[in-house]
Amino acid sequence: MLIRVEYSTRYDYERAPHFVVQVLRKTPRSCESQHVRRWAIESDVDARIRQSEDAFGNIVHTLYSEKPVDTMTISVFGEVDTSDTGGVLQGWPERQHALVYLRTTPLTAADEAIRDFASGFGGENGLEQLHALMNAINDRIGFDTGATGVSHTAEKAFALGRGVCQDHAHIFLAAARWLGVPSRYVSGHLRRSDGQVEQEAAHAWVEALVDGLGWVGFDPANGLCPDENYVRVASGLDYLGASPVRGSSYGGMGESMSVQLRVHSHPQSQHQQ
Amino acid sequence: MSVFDEMGGLGGGGGVRACYQPLARWLAEAPAELLEARSRQAELYFRRMGITFSVYGAADSNERLIPFDVVPRIVSAPEWLALEAGLVQRVAAINLFLKDIYGRQECIRAGIVPADIVLTNPHFRPEMVGRRPPQDVWVHIAGVDLVRTAEDGFYVLEDNVRTPSGMSYMLENREMMMRLFPDLFSEYPVRPVETYTDMLLSALQSSAPSSATRDPCVVVLTPGPYNSAYYEHSFLADKLGVELVEGGDLYVNDGQVFMRTTEGPKKVDVIYRRVDDDFLDPLTFNPESALGVPGLMTAYQAGNVTLANAVGTGVADDKAVYTYMPEIIRFFTGEEPLLHNVPTWRCREPDALKEVLSRLDELVVKEVGGSGGYGMLIGPAATKAEIETFRKKLAADPAAFIAQPTLALSTAPTLCHGGLAGRHVDLRPFVLTGAKGVEVAPGGLTRVALNEGSLVVNSSQGGGTKDTWVLDA
Repeated sequence: MLIRVEYSTRYDYERAPHFVVQVLRKTPRSCESQHVRRWAIESDVDARIRQSEDAFGNIVHTLYSEKPVDTMTISVFGEVDTSDTGGVLQGWPERQHALVYLRTTPLTAADEAIRDFASGFGGENGLEQLHALMNAINDRIGFDTGATGVSHTAEKAFALGRGVCQDHAHIFLAAARWLGVPSRYVSGHLRRSDGQVEQEAAHAWVEALVDGLGWVGFDPANGLCPDENYVRVASGLDYLGASPVRGSSYGGMGESMSVQLRVHSHPQSQHQQ
Repeated sequence: MSVFDEMGGLGGGGGVRACYQPLARWLAEAPAELLEARSRQAELYFRRMGITFSVYGAADSNERLIPFDVVPRIVSAPEWLALEAGLVQRVAAINLFLKDIYGRQECIRAGIVPADIVLTNPHFRPEMVGRRPPQDVWVHIAGVDLVRTAEDGFYVLEDNVRTPSGMSYMLENREMMMRLFPDLFSEYPVRPVETYTDMLLSALQSSAPSSATRDPCVVVLTPGPYNSAYYEHSFLADKLGVELVEGGDLYVNDGQVFMRTTEGPKKVDVIYRRVDDDFLDPLTFNPESALGVPGLMTAYQAGNVTLANAVGTGVADDKAVYTYMPEIIRFFTGEEPLLHNVPTWRCREPDALKEVLSRLDELVVKEVGGSGGYGMLIGPAATKAEIETFRKKLAADPAAFIAQPTLALSTAPTLCHGGLAGRHVDLRPFVLTGAKGVEVAPGGLTRVALNEGSLVVNSSQGGGTKDTWVLDA
């Protein structure tokens, strides 16, 4: 499937900052399940954007803007050919030892409640148990965009019983790592099959390391494994490691941010392959 | 348990040790009140200079003076030679270990150190995997804590390779002693410690990025005046002749670090940072940190700035990794370790745990993540309730603890209530690594547990300091 992503983030300031630095993880790389046909990232202000790769293999752009601006928009546009690999990730450059993905972070710490919950999913049959864990989180944590913020931990979201895809992912990671299964946070985009093109935010899911298969994706917010509707962008230990943007501005005041995101498939382009 | 005294030797029976003889004579001839008077004088000077140290959790005040003892601790030339060789070997091995675990990870594949101890260690920084700091120097400054139990019995208690402190006390204590006891220095060929700042500056400059100019710009980055070691940060910047900056004084633009100055931005090449890893860059680590520089890791990963010490060195002085240091030294240097570890039980190993649990009243149990004397149990000095609390902690999470025998730390003559008495001491020499290699400043910080019988020398726990005299031949 050819998926087209148009993703712009607009910042408005009441008082213009004189300097902005942002670390962006908004650019996918090609692997078995996706071929990045084209991808562009740009800003509407006079800014330098430098590309590098982080220690997890993600493509990173660092943006520096040193002229005061009242408003700034970062635009991403791209097209990715995707295919269904049954959720199994292949062809992604693994830069870290698998055990690194057992590390606990503040966002993915497992308290007693999560440990109790997770203990029902231990045992020999890894893949089946992880599916069960994904479905249980999907059942238990209701989708609610108003419930949590980006700094919410797995513990808080689990206690609340509500959250967004990021919270579902953090709870999965807390539980899986406590069970000794290396797992990681994935950010990316989902083409919705209900025809909804406009989206409020990028999507997030997880990958867990399964014996004999390698890294397998699980989307606990939707209760299914990633297929050709998914564009994988970045991965890390938690939201902070795979976040589309982490930024800092100097001297500004009253920042507000708005996101416009369109993810849709392009049937007519498919024939051009 | 017989105790080795730095002046009197083991059990004090063998007479005054050779390197202490001139001091012993001097002490015997000095009028009784002289030491007391000098001691009061020292305190007055230190107060005037404002050399203070914050103690976490102390109710009385947030800043106080670290007690200074006027009786020097003396290390003979042959003793020092052996220590120096051992320290150089150890720190060189630590540098190679760090290069390896953030690179090819051969010591993990070879089974020298268990993978999980390194890779899931809170102080391991996955962000450094695949990175090499400029000139391959990871630990520019190490403060290695040594203890002694016998004539030839020096042991490494801790390798401090994150942001070790105490060098300002080493330098101030010497200045004070030269002021108070000029006559004693004429009796002893004491090696100078004043060269420390030159050695440090040269280690820092030599590890600047290759792209830096011939005269690289070095700064000292402090968390600010509320940090317990702020005095030392400003002292060192002053001695080095470089700027003392806080995170807000620096910024990163286009992969380079700049300092705001009255004459405009100035490019920074080397940051001697006294800010912990987690607070260095809110865009990579703790997003709440206001102490760091947004984007600093981008500049660092691009090889455009040197951080001293490198990011991620804490995994090497972790107490769990410490237990593998002899194997690490053998693996990376091909030599037998010259300096020994204190024998240590790894509570993660079931047999060790069993033994530790049966001997809690005689052992020292330490949390692998703890430092500064916090979070530990000293069996012989603990109450039954304290021991039981630790028994529960150990059972719940054995891997979080190590245990060691309660060492009979050596004592050194110390001025106490008008007379001299033996008090337990340790020694923290400072080991510097630059592009040209590893060297040790001829001296160090001797910490002394001022309370009779106490084995805790940490300044945060009421310890004091002494000047350390390393003799030249």
